[in-house]
Amino acid sequence: MASDVRAGASAAAIRPVGAPGSSQVIRTGGTARVAIYLILGLFCLYYLLPLYVMVVNSLKPLSEIQAGGMMSLPRDWTVEPWGKAWSTAQIGVAATGLRPFFLNSILMVVPAVALSTVLGAMNGYVLTKWRFRGDTWVFGMLLFACFIPFQMVLIPMARLLGLMGLAGTVPGLIFVHLVYGIGFSTLYFKNYYQQFPTELVRAAQIDGAGFFTIFRRIMLPSSGPIAVVCIIWQFTNIWNDFLFGASFSDFDSQPMTVALNNLVQSSTGVKEYNVHFAGAIMAALPTLLVYVVAGRYFVRGLMAGSVKG
Amino acid sequence: MGFLDIRRATKSYGAVKILHETNISVEEGEFLVLVGPSGCGKSTLLNMIAGLEEVTTGDIAIKGRSMNGVRPAERNIAMVFQSYALYPNMNVAKNIAFGLEMHGVPKPERDKAVAQVADLLQITHLLDRKPGQLSGGQRQRVAMGRALVRDPDVFLFDEPLSNLDAKLRVDMRTEIKKLHRKLRTTIVYVTHDQIEALTLSTRIAVMFGGHVQQLGTPKEIYDTPANMFVAGFMGSPSMNLFPATIAVEEGRAVAKARCGGGGEVALPFAEGRGFEAQAGREIVLGLRPEAITDRDGADRQSRAVHVVDVPVEITEPAGSDTFVMAHLGGKEVTGRFRADVDVRPGEVFPFAINMEKAVAFDPTTELRIA
Repeated sequence: MASDVRAGASAAAIRPVGAPGSSQVIRTGGTARVAIYLILGLFCLYYLLPLYVMVVNSLKPLSEIQAGGMMSLPRDWTVEPWGKAWSTAQIGVAATGLRPFFLNSILMVVPAVALSTVLGAMNGYVLTKWRFRGDTWVFGMLLFACFIPFQMVLIPMARLLGLMGLAGTVPGLIFVHLVYGIGFSTLYFKNYYQQFPTELVRAAQIDGAGFFTIFRRIMLPSSGPIAVVCIIWQFTNIWNDFLFGASFSDFDSQPMTVALNNLVQSSTGVKEYNVHFAGAIMAALPTLLVYVVAGRYFVRGLMAGSVKG
Repeated sequence: MGFLDIRRATKSYGAVKILHETNISVEEGEFLVLVGPSGCGKSTLLNMIAGLEEVTTGDIAIKGRSMNGVRPAERNIAMVFQSYALYPNMNVAKNIAFGLEMHGVPKPERDKAVAQVADLLQITHLLDRKPGQLSGGQRQRVAMGRALVRDPDVFLFDEPLSNLDAKLRVDMRTEIKKLHRKLRTTIVYVTHDQIEALTLSTRIAVMFGGHVQQLGTPKEIYDTPANMFVAGFMGSPSMNLFPATIAVEEGRAVAKARCGGGGEVALPFAEGRGFEAQAGREIVLGLRPEAITDRDGADRQSRAVHVVDVPVEITEPAGSDTFVMAHLGGKEVTGRFRADVDVRPGEVFPFAINMEKAVAFDPTTELRIA
């Protein structure tokens, strides 16, 4: 296994990410190349196998799964489990399918991501370009949000949501994720804006631009790479969150993750594994989609933040 | 009262005093250069004029109006930054027009002003490009265009040429000078390059350690530096400074200094400098390299060229001149000889020293005596 790891590492060095076909490519002999591809292929299999199992089993009738053919392709292809998981499956006490909860998740994740990204950008802007007495202290406290374990804030947060009248609602969940998200988004944007030349801000000041105009016209248009990183990070985290969703939502405000759990837990007799698989894929699709669409910018953005050159 | 008045201005960060009390009065159309080594406070002073930094005490006034507490945008100034600070997301035309847009100038007027400035700086063909697609010299022009288009009272330049390569820097220097002659604008220009200071300015403020060491025309600064710092900082190669003693020989004041070979040279001062009464006084004698030369290269106008034999240590041919090193008063001194003078290291050579250009400093206060 140790040798596998080393081979994996050297394989990564052969073609550095973000520099395809560049002069950094190290020439290797034929045998080494074959070995590298074999090992890479093996790892691909490892990673893709669970997805394969989920996709195949979500497309076959329950009887085929019960017959014990988990790994085999379906004999009778069917999308019925998908339809069932989406609109008619039993979730807790109601047979609504996952549809309303998918909507809940969207309604929660879009504002939470948008707000935490914009506020993070604003924080980063202030903390780097409009420094004030005690700003490092403020930043330190914000960073704290990145490291406080979720469990610690459950009870105080429940109390706070209750006081604000947001307990058990989607806006309540948005608030919780916003509070947690700002720490990370501030960290991202602060590091990014630290590289951003302060002379540009000064030039804009002399040109007559104010605080918000500089942010909107100068800073934001140059923040593409880090915004993508931040959005992907926040989207994935908030979409996949289970603990806050389970703790702070009512039945009608549950996010997708909690509903999926309820789908799997609530049985009306037989466990419909094919429906469960379909539901699980549905819950994972949005994050998958985000990675496929913006994944390359993610890597680029991470690079831009660290080695600007 | 001048056009731009810096009156008893200081700047401190906490207990650290960055800029000591400074008084400079700039007339309209003047080209003032603030020059000094890094950390001397010149950029701080420029930022204070721009309004990017507050004045701790004192006052800065433009056209008689105190600028304390006035925001940079309302001072009617424009600034060219060292990094040019072009907005990377806007094309050249938008970069130039941004300040006008922020001041509420309507679009047709903006376009006209941009076209005019672009024409003046010959960057019309670049207007649609992004800053990332421009060369260093082009960016420099755009940065100047952005300043010019506003038609400000005062232009501020913060080391605008230091990011350019040597050749382009000389070209742009000439260009800035032409622009100043043409537009007759008031300019405050910060640089650490003393050549830039001497070539561009109508007046120079030499700064060091948060103090203005000397304020004067380039000629005053060069010929009669106020102290040993200014003498050493301005001019390249820098002024030769070596210890000497004043003596009176045959009724005439001379400076006596030890010579490389072990002997002593006596250099008579030009008449009327008033050293006759100060016999025995220890001084530091200052001589520009061009005041130490070969016999035929010496200034024919001067009435106080004195020839002494000095052992040559090393020669550095530099094409147009040959620099000759020797020892005087225990210090290495550099003379600027004509290029084709046959002078070899190790030999004793007649040096023509133009004492009319000599300056003397007090060794303890480092101030110029005469």
